[in-house]
Amino acid sequence: MVEESRSKKPFSKTFTRNMVLIVIVVSFVPMLLVSGMILHQYSISYNEKLYAYLKEVVYRHAQNIDTFLNERLYNLQFLLDSCKDEVLLDESVLQERLFQLQQKYEGEFEDLGVINENGVQIAYAGRFSLEKAEYADAKWFQEAFEKPYYISDVFLGLRSKPHFIVAVKTFHQGSYYLLRSTINFEIFNSLAENLRIGKTGFAFILNRDGKFQTKPHYDMLPSNKSYMDFIKAGKKEKHGIYIGEIEGSSGFNQAIYLAALLKNEDWILVYQQEKKEAFSDLIRTQIVAAVILLLGALLIVIMNSLLFHKVINHMTIVDREKEMMNRQIIETGKLASVGRLAAGTAHEINNPVAIMVQEAGWVADLLEEEEFQNGKNLEEIQRALKQIGNQGKRCKEITHKLLSFARTSDTPMQDLQINEIIKEVVAISDKASYTGISINTDLDENIPVIYGSQTEIQQVLLNLMNNALYALEKDGGKIDISTRLTDRYVLVIVEDDGPGIPEANLDRIFDPFFTTKPVGEGNGLGLYICYGILQRMGGSINVHSTVDLGTRFEVRFPLQKPAALKPDDRPA
Amino acid sequence: MPESQKSDGKKIKVLLVDDEIHFVEVLFKRLSKRNIDVTKTFSGTEGIQALRQVDFDVAVLDLKMEDMDGLEVLKIFKKMYPMIEVIILTGHESEQTAQEGLQYGAFAYLTKPCDFDQLFDTIIKAASD
Repeated sequence: MVEESRSKKPFSKTFTRNMVLIVIVVSFVPMLLVSGMILHQYSISYNEKLYAYLKEVVYRHAQNIDTFLNERLYNLQFLLDSCKDEVLLDESVLQERLFQLQQKYEGEFEDLGVINENGVQIAYAGRFSLEKAEYADAKWFQEAFEKPYYISDVFLGLRSKPHFIVAVKTFHQGSYYLLRSTINFEIFNSLAENLRIGKTGFAFILNRDGKFQTKPHYDMLPSNKSYMDFIKAGKKEKHGIYIGEIEGSSGFNQAIYLAALLKNEDWILVYQQEKKEAFSDLIRTQIVAAVILLLGALLIVIMNSLLFHKVINHMTIVDREKEMMNRQIIETGKLASVGRLAAGTAHEINNPVAIMVQEAGWVADLLEEEEFQNGKNLEEIQRALKQIGNQGKRCKEITHKLLSFARTSDTPMQDLQINEIIKEVVAISDKASYTGISINTDLDENIPVIYGSQTEIQQVLLNLMNNALYALEKDGGKIDISTRLTDRYVLVIVEDDGPGIPEANLDRIFDPFFTTKPVGEGNGLGLYICYGILQRMGGSINVHSTVDLGTRFEVRFPLQKPAALKPDDRPA
Repeated sequence: MPESQKSDGKKIKVLLVDDEIHFVEVLFKRLSKRNIDVTKTFSGTEGIQALRQVDFDVAVLDLKMEDMDGLEVLKIFKKMYPMIEVIILTGHESEQTAQEGLQYGAFAYLTKPCDFDQLFDTIIKAASD
């Protein structure tokens, strides 16, 4: 009934936070699991695809290079097979053949030379004028003489330029000869260099000792040696391809490696690419996924918080309404029992009061006899008896009012226009012409008629009006009366800006005999009767009051006729 | 003193039925002093017994008595002697019982504490009808 300021909330912050956390976790876990799984599967298959592609590329290149080298050997062999004698002995033929080879293979062959068993170049064709050069001490010569075919590592040689040699051994007129040719390093180098992917993917060739056979680009390991160790340690795949990874270090990014053996496992073709670049598509996908996840998470958190706040607010309101209703039920029950008690008491008091009044009347009767007519206190006694009679009547008035709480109305029930009654009541109050009090009305002309007893409704409004006037009696102020239509009620608000009702009294103002007026001025039954009348009509009366700001009474008259009241609802 | 005789000059015969002994006593005294023939009874059954012997003009009847309900007594009175006029005088004022009382043929419905003159006038009126 009475609204109090409530500090405690029904749902603590911890509860709200826990609920929000639970929902977030519940919605996050599947999202993270699913997206994590998809991403994981995607990276696995991306990895496989990427490595398969790179393996293929490296394998093809290794094959190309092998083919290139073998072709050079075949060229020399073919040269020997077609015109052994002329080539070996006649420099002009050698010159001609070199020219033919250079024509055919776009300068891959730098020169041609024939070397005898003693390491002396007995015939030479080319631009370096190496006639009669001595190769007896050259390492490649010693190695070449042991095999029918030979391809050297890249070395600087007599000309101090990187090059390598292909040589074919042949037997002619009782002694062995080597037909050798210098292969253009730039062309060979380009074979490896052609393998370029992206910005950081490139290839190079190493020999067994880890020496570069081609000009590498950049970002090499500090020591070439470690390449071999590392490659040997790597995983061996199909086609003799090795795959490995090197952790990044300062000035060197994490990189992946693919290596293939060449030239009967003398050389190795290494393809290197920064992992960052090789997997750039995957990384981009991961970043996009992460951003989407993050945005999703943010959205979930925000929506959650909003939703929860809404739900909590709603629950708080429902809870508050429930509590208000509980209070109302308690209040109603209290008033009903107090009402029964009051009515019972009123009945019982009537009998003794009646006897007292009659006894006084009897004394008055006796006083009329002659023997008392000359008594000197006759008048005083008569006055006292009259007073007893008057006070008896006053008692009766009180009990009558008390009982009227329970009594059904004397006037017939009918359709009433509440605005008209308010106007009458205001007119009556205005006649009282209180100084410094203004009465304003704001009446909704569209409210329908209500069904009730005119005197009862008048009584309710007069009571509220009198209370407001009494509150403003001292300092003046204004009274606002308004009517409004709500879904099931006609709402009448009587509001004053008087001193207000202290909270301690708010709970008791509808109790019978509760009054703050001086003794004799009020009997404390006004609001009690109002409450009873509205209770019977199926309406309600509420009070909101703040000390120093004023008091507002809200009276709700039902639009429909109330259902028949149960007898229990009435005080005896 | 107001006129307290019937048109035929006889005293008005009044029966008091109320379990409040002191109330009955004082009413008896005051009515007797006004020249009314009053009979005191203190319960419903006593009242019925009294009516068996005397045809009272008026009965003043309480509603809440220990042995019987006043309305029952009223019905019995009206059956026994339809000429009797019954004035209900009760401390338990209630619209419902008032209506029922009048319905069963009560002459008037008064509530305690009641002005004596009002009661007396009502008795006179009831007797003269």
